[in-house]
Amino acid sequence: MSEIVERKSVPLWIQIIVWVLLAGLLVLVGSTLSKRQQGSIRPGDKLPDFSLTLFSGYEFEGKSEVHLSDFVGKIVVLNFWASWCKPCEQEAAELEEAWRFYNGDVMFLGADYVDTEPEARTYLKKFQITYPNGPDLRTQLSQMFRITGVPETYFIDQQGVLYYVKVGPFLSLDEIKSIIEQKLQ
Amino acid sequence: MNNTFMKKFYASRITYYVLLLTIFFTAISTQFAYAQDDIPTDDEVNEVAKGLYCPVCENTPLDVCPTEACKQWRDVIRTQLAEGKTKEEIEQYFVDYYGDRVLAEPPRTGLNWLVYILPPAVILLGAVLLFKNFQAWTKPKETESVSSQERSDGSSSDKYILQIEEELKKRK
Repeated sequence: MSEIVERKSVPLWIQIIVWVLLAGLLVLVGSTLSKRQQGSIRPGDKLPDFSLTLFSGYEFEGKSEVHLSDFVGKIVVLNFWASWCKPCEQEAAELEEAWRFYNGDVMFLGADYVDTEPEARTYLKKFQITYPNGPDLRTQLSQMFRITGVPETYFIDQQGVLYYVKVGPFLSLDEIKSIIEQKLQ
Repeated sequence: MNNTFMKKFYASRITYYVLLLTIFFTAISTQFAYAQDDIPTDDEVNEVAKGLYCPVCENTPLDVCPTEACKQWRDVIRTQLAEGKTKEEIEQYFVDYYGDRVLAEPPRTGLNWLVYILPPAVILLGAVLLFKNFQAWTKPKETESVSSQERSDGSSSDKYILQIEEELKKRK
């Protein structure tokens, strides 16, 4: 005669732990995916008050760190660059020329992305750049903007709202001016 | 007396030359040692670099990454090694400058612990479930084989079954 075999089921507390762990894992994966799919900051978005630490010799009015809130009422041009980036060299002179042209009425900031300081300084000297520049420490700024590469330039209006993104190098000084003039008028 | 004087004279000269040669070779060897410490080798640089990843070239360890950015990073490692910094100090410099994401092994803090805990926990759980399932699969087979043995060798079971069947027929 065959015996009736009773299967011992997994204890309830183990089942609960397993399900809780699985649910937690799904939530974690889901939140990570949704963050990634949020994409970059888009024109029209109000920007949070980010900060940029500046290289010595490239400070702004004696300050070694600047915040976006320091420039309320001014257009801010935030340029991501790197010394190892060849296309960045194409626009370096034009950006400096534009900075000098607006003579402080428009704020130019350079964020040096994944770079080493000696090479960055050589680059800044080579192109005689004088506007505030600093390293993108811990890549926080580039992660916040979710840049796709360098060079990339963000135009922020007087109220701290992003209004234009330029991916790749500027072709001329006029191109930079035309984007700025949209909000200066 | 003259002979003794000459012996002393030669002995002192020999001592002098030995001393001079010792100083000379010590100076040379110190110089070589200094030169070796001054410029770290590629192997020493790569030993540190293999634990780092440049954010520009994702999934490529720094020691084998061919880009200009990575070359610059290796130069920084070389400079810092020459300054006498340890591997941990150099890694900390890169973390401070570029963030945790440059490390091949995430630091054991916060949510990063999941990376270390979850895989072994899942493997362990899988092993326990497999073991339990194997146990469940093997038990019924044993009982089945016992019952089939009973059925084949004895007619006793057939007798009882026949009786039950007869009873069932009567009740119908």
